[in-house]
Amino acid sequence: MVGFIARFHHKMDLEQWTVGGRGFGLVLVWLLMAGEIYTTFTFLGASGWAYSRGGPVLYILGYLPLMYVVSFYILPPIWEVGQKHGLQTQADFFEVRYRSSFLAAFVALVGVVCLIPYLQMQITGLGLIVEVASYGAIHHTPAMIIAFALVGAFVFVSGVRGVAWASIVKDVLLLFAAVFVGFAVPRICFGGIGPMFAALVQAKPAHLVMPGATKDLGHGWYITSVLLTSFGCYMWPQFFAASFTARSGRVLRRNAVIMPLYGITMPLMFIVGFCAVLVLPGLSNGDLSLLIIVRKSFPAWFLGFVGGAGALTAMVVAAIQLLAGATLYAKNLWRPIVAPRMTDRQVARLAKIMVLILTAAALFFAVHSSTSLVSLLLVGYAGVAQLFPGVVLGLFSQRVTTDGVIVGLVMGLSVAMFLMLTGQDPYKGLNAGFIALCFNFAATVVVSLLTPVRMAGFGEMVSSTAAPQPSKNVGPTV
Amino acid sequence: MRRPSLGAIVLGLIPFAATCFSVALWDRIHPMIMGLPFNFFWLISWLVLTPVCMWGAYRLEVPRTSDDRREGSVEVEP
Repeated sequence: MVGFIARFHHKMDLEQWTVGGRGFGLVLVWLLMAGEIYTTFTFLGASGWAYSRGGPVLYILGYLPLMYVVSFYILPPIWEVGQKHGLQTQADFFEVRYRSSFLAAFVALVGVVCLIPYLQMQITGLGLIVEVASYGAIHHTPAMIIAFALVGAFVFVSGVRGVAWASIVKDVLLLFAAVFVGFAVPRICFGGIGPMFAALVQAKPAHLVMPGATKDLGHGWYITSVLLTSFGCYMWPQFFAASFTARSGRVLRRNAVIMPLYGITMPLMFIVGFCAVLVLPGLSNGDLSLLIIVRKSFPAWFLGFVGGAGALTAMVVAAIQLLAGATLYAKNLWRPIVAPRMTDRQVARLAKIMVLILTAAALFFAVHSSTSLVSLLLVGYAGVAQLFPGVVLGLFSQRVTTDGVIVGLVMGLSVAMFLMLTGQDPYKGLNAGFIALCFNFAATVVVSLLTPVRMAGFGEMVSSTAAPQPSKNVGPTV
Repeated sequence: MRRPSLGAIVLGLIPFAATCFSVALWDRIHPMIMGLPFNFFWLISWLVLTPVCMWGAYRLEVPRTSDDRREGSVEVEP
């Protein structure tokens, strides 16, 4: 596999393993980020929601370009801080900005916990693919176990560089499969995309607008979900850490400009899901709609190809998540709390062991629970998006305090957990994670104003002699 | 950290206005364009229009960022 080869060209220390020595150019960063964002979810989740929910699936198309818009403003400064202070993880960022190991450990914990549903999503998707592609011959449980043992081993050996290269192979396959399936399926079933929509408008017009086949996913839900997702996206520890791999802030900016174009494959997945509404009514699990319609319309070898691309995607993405989660755990949770005198070498070793433990945990959940792929994603987002105020205010405000961020984070997480665990998501037609984010923001601001500022920026303590200067736009104005 | 310029922020708000806050205006089936329901068509066109806005923001931001100057990018003196 490509990833294993990449290993031999580079000596692996902790920095190589986690951030590839910070030498990735436009193409490699693009692949890492695209690899992350276009996932099993692209294949199965999007078509699954188009099939089972209809109109609300458009939220995916709404947040896609917007999350890159957000990244345009926050990733270059994050990269700059990372470069200056040698950061490797998201929690490192909080550590340097807020000078609090407690906050850093808390952030790491949030990151690792939220990664588990995300990982679980990849595993579940993988299991579905193997089961359908083998015509039911291989049950999804053994398939998940074998595939994830492979992923764990792969990450263990090769680190981020291997993953980026494997990403290339998977992107080419995924793109080809998605474009081909997206055009061919409506053509085979209806004679084209236009006739397919015409037929669907005839048969089920309500399915195509919000709230579609649901009761409570209307416009309020759309707006709040799009906002939550586009703010929250780069709060995933693995995306956040991916920005450290860039060679410069400019690489990240250019990336943010062009990435929405790659989203063109997403509507094709919706189209497949919409076709299935008419062709395969009554599926019990919407996430299966794409695979079953491919199985119906094409010869077996093609189903194998699509399945292969989907499976590889799940594995690559899971690998990136494992890498980020394990590094976070070892570096920002274990070392500061349990063994402060660990060397980087030991941290690297612990991170590798953690890869195996996280793999096992996600597998356990995947085997023992069944939720739709999109729902899993939304739960993770609601949690991880709560880190947004701490990051954005930390970057652009000097007034925000450590206490403010801690209180806000606790507030946001409690509200999100309360609403989700009591089954009130969406709450009055609004995304529960977004409501939590509003509480979080408000608490962060209020508590920050009430507490004294100790850190005015990155690594700059406030002393009585040097009061912080409010930073205005300097440099050439427009 | 230096904040982004006002112009770049406004350019970034355009896609938000078009694809998020205005949902009630475009979430409908008719008129169908190129065989696509209107909401679908609208969002797909913003996959293309968003990079246009952000390219403008990029042109405004790049000369202002210090780390990029070293790379020998276009430097605009006021």
